[in-house]
Amino acid sequence: MNVFNRLLTSAAFGVAVGLTSFAAVADTPPNMLVIANRIDDVTTLDPAQSFEFAGGDASRNIYSRLVNFDPADLSAGYKPDLAESWDVSEDGKTITFHMRPGVKFASGNPVTAADAEFSLRRAVTLNKTPSFILTQFGFTAENVGDTIKATDDMTLQITTDKRYATSFVLNCMTATIGGIVDMKTVMEHEADGDLGNEWLRTNTAGSGPYVLGSWKPNESLTLTANPDYYGGAPAMERVVVRHIQESATQRLLLEKGDIDIARNLNPDDVAGLGGVDDVKIANELRGRLMYISLNQKNEALSNPKVVEAIKYLIDYDGMANSFLKGQYTVHQAFLPRTYLGEIADKPYSLNIEKAKALLAEAGYGDGFEIGLFVREAQERIEIATSLQNTFAQAGITATMTVGTGKQILGVYRSREHDIYVGAWGPDYPDPNTNAGTFAFNPDNSDEAGATGLLAWRNAWHIPEMSNATLAAVEEGDRNTRGKMYEALQREHQMVSPFAVMFQKNEQNGLGSEVEGFSMGGAITGAGYWKVTK
Amino acid sequence: MAMATQTEKGRQMSPFFQQIIGIAKVLLSIAATMLGLLFVTFFIGRVMPIDPVLSIVGERATKEVYDAAYIKLGLDKPLIVQFFKYVVDVVQGDFGQSLRTGFPVSDDIKRLFPATLELATLGTLIGVFVGVPLGVIAAVKRGSWIDQVARVVALIGYSMPVFWLGMIGLLVFYGQLGWIGGPGRLDIFYEDIIPTVTGMILIDSALAQDWGIFRNAISHIILPACLLGYYSLAYLSRMTRSFMLEQMSAEYVITARVKGLSEWAVIWKHAFGNIRVQLITVIALSYAGLLEGSVLTEIIFAWPGIGSYITTSLLSADMNAVMGGTVVVGLVFVLLNIFSDLLYKVFDPRAK
Repeated sequence: MNVFNRLLTSAAFGVAVGLTSFAAVADTPPNMLVIANRIDDVTTLDPAQSFEFAGGDASRNIYSRLVNFDPADLSAGYKPDLAESWDVSEDGKTITFHMRPGVKFASGNPVTAADAEFSLRRAVTLNKTPSFILTQFGFTAENVGDTIKATDDMTLQITTDKRYATSFVLNCMTATIGGIVDMKTVMEHEADGDLGNEWLRTNTAGSGPYVLGSWKPNESLTLTANPDYYGGAPAMERVVVRHIQESATQRLLLEKGDIDIARNLNPDDVAGLGGVDDVKIANELRGRLMYISLNQKNEALSNPKVVEAIKYLIDYDGMANSFLKGQYTVHQAFLPRTYLGEIADKPYSLNIEKAKALLAEAGYGDGFEIGLFVREAQERIEIATSLQNTFAQAGITATMTVGTGKQILGVYRSREHDIYVGAWGPDYPDPNTNAGTFAFNPDNSDEAGATGLLAWRNAWHIPEMSNATLAAVEEGDRNTRGKMYEALQREHQMVSPFAVMFQKNEQNGLGSEVEGFSMGGAITGAGYWKVTK
Repeated sequence: MAMATQTEKGRQMSPFFQQIIGIAKVLLSIAATMLGLLFVTFFIGRVMPIDPVLSIVGERATKEVYDAAYIKLGLDKPLIVQFFKYVVDVVQGDFGQSLRTGFPVSDDIKRLFPATLELATLGTLIGVFVGVPLGVIAAVKRGSWIDQVARVVALIGYSMPVFWLGMIGLLVFYGQLGWIGGPGRLDIFYEDIIPTVTGMILIDSALAQDWGIFRNAISHIILPACLLGYYSLAYLSRMTRSFMLEQMSAEYVITARVKGLSEWAVIWKHAFGNIRVQLITVIALSYAGLLEGSVLTEIIFAWPGIGSYITTSLLSADMNAVMGGTVVVGLVFVLLNIFSDLLYKVFDPRAK
């Protein structure tokens, strides 16, 4: 029989397949988690350099940090991870971390304060794209010898250049760049003084719940469980993240039970999975915001009444219930939900009459002409089209300029736009990441060239609000700090030339038996180690 | 005087030397073609409105990080210098590093090209073994129902979007009937088990004598291969039909029939024998087309091939990867051309 089968396969496989069933084994093995995701953005796995979503997901499961979010309770904020506890000095500038005893890297080396010192110094010295998350506290390649210091095996001291809210510093330590690497292993692989940057691109040396099995760019990324993880060996012994570009393909694989989680489903496929047995849909709010901003260099747009009118000329609900359905929810403040200081106020809705009255008060009763600057992405163009439509009802004629990211961003960064249709994702899990760009612009002159600040890009002159943003960064008490951001956002909603419109809602398809999976909310990456099925 | 001696020498040159010169000529033409190809892709790449530095460091990078990457890429040097340096590297087998994957481009291609090669070869085999006989029969039985069916089959092949057909195929044979494996080259469970020798899973699993994986690989490749095979079949059957029609009305065919040869001999020995050379060119071109990678097929079937690699690289301004991929595809075209030239000599006595 066996011989016959073999003969059949090798001799006439083309015909044979039509007759014999080669059907795949249904359902993934019970100790293996299979995820379909788009992973073509991963360029490196070095925590000091990785700054993309899929890379951040992998890093979160491979590298423990000093403090970290619990995937089962993200809203609780940071909790002890490799640092068991910490004290803050009187002047608020020095934080002393006490390391958790008895923790080992996957290599078997013990995790010490020296490793933490090495990892943070390394991230500052390498100075890759995400390094600003650490260097904003005044760390430089020159001063890390004094400012980031292991005082003994189990104690790490970091000293910032001035007083910052402890929650600000600790929130930043939960970012990918805060991953603690195994100094000994990394330095064994150093080449040309690169601090192991090249080696860590494709290898890992962490103490987290997983270690890297293999990574084939644009194909798959495999993690294997670290049985010695101090938090307990994860239930899923292998996690395979496979690059599947197409939503329809991901859906098909999920329906067949060949994958456990589909990460990139479009609304049609989510709807299609509605009635399917053994599949459930998970929703999580992510950090990405969609907004429009009005250049204050434009005479009409610098009129506060016009700004207010435009906020009433956006069909928030209409868009969220049609082409953005399921993908975005209406949200009108600059901090995404689940951030410290979040607010849910939605003072604006589409109100043509009110907008017309405001425009008339401002002396623009007959409307005006304005340009909409849009990057060539489907959802942004659809939003811009909707805006054109509602603006026209109040007499504003909007002309759309669509271009590549480079072209439109160029216009935006040089403050030559009228209205920009934008998206913004937070860089690190602290409210300052957005407050520091939407509500901070200490020098509004052209010469300042603060192209990284959204407030500057829109020429919005806000000396007082900038000070309020700075004050919130220094407030030591976490609750008081939260209140400050709430107040800041309420004022921002009223006066700013920004109309924040939507927050991203991610919809994943899960096998019905998958429990404990976290996409990471708005603040961090996906966590696999609490998954069971 | 000198001229005369040279011609004299030329005439007396041994067949061995003639062959050497022949080979040198071929190599030279390959080199010239490749250089032209590099030149065009390089300059198109540089005028594209995409910023390769931004795609490495991201939009939020500070000016220092941006500048460091800019200089590291050598973008501060004049274009012609950049091009010259690139050509020198390529000659040494170094295509540079892919910005997007972070791996050397040659490693990426080594990993991805076998997947495309495997799929394209199987697709072409299906196209040839079904399409050519279909074309011959359609020509011989011109106007019959077989001819009509062949015409419809080919038309559908031309006009049906591969995206739709692939998706429907997956839905029916994988989703509903469960006869075949889903997207990807193997079930995830089987991945990373057999050692990589050629990179072609069918061959590697056969070498490792792991027939479970071999069967699984077939169940995954069969649908995309049939799909590509169908498109190549559509083209090949139409071309074969028109070549054959031309021959069937030729005088020698009538003569052969008058001589009393069997219809089989007339068709396959005489008429088909005469179209083999033309057919080889057509098949080689269609094969080369598939080896370029079929982007949509690769995307639907999550097939990690060279087509989607080049396309996504192009979209993210990863010019090292695009040029590396283009050189490989260009080389494939050139080599297939040489190969079909060689086959001419076998099949066509006049070309000897």
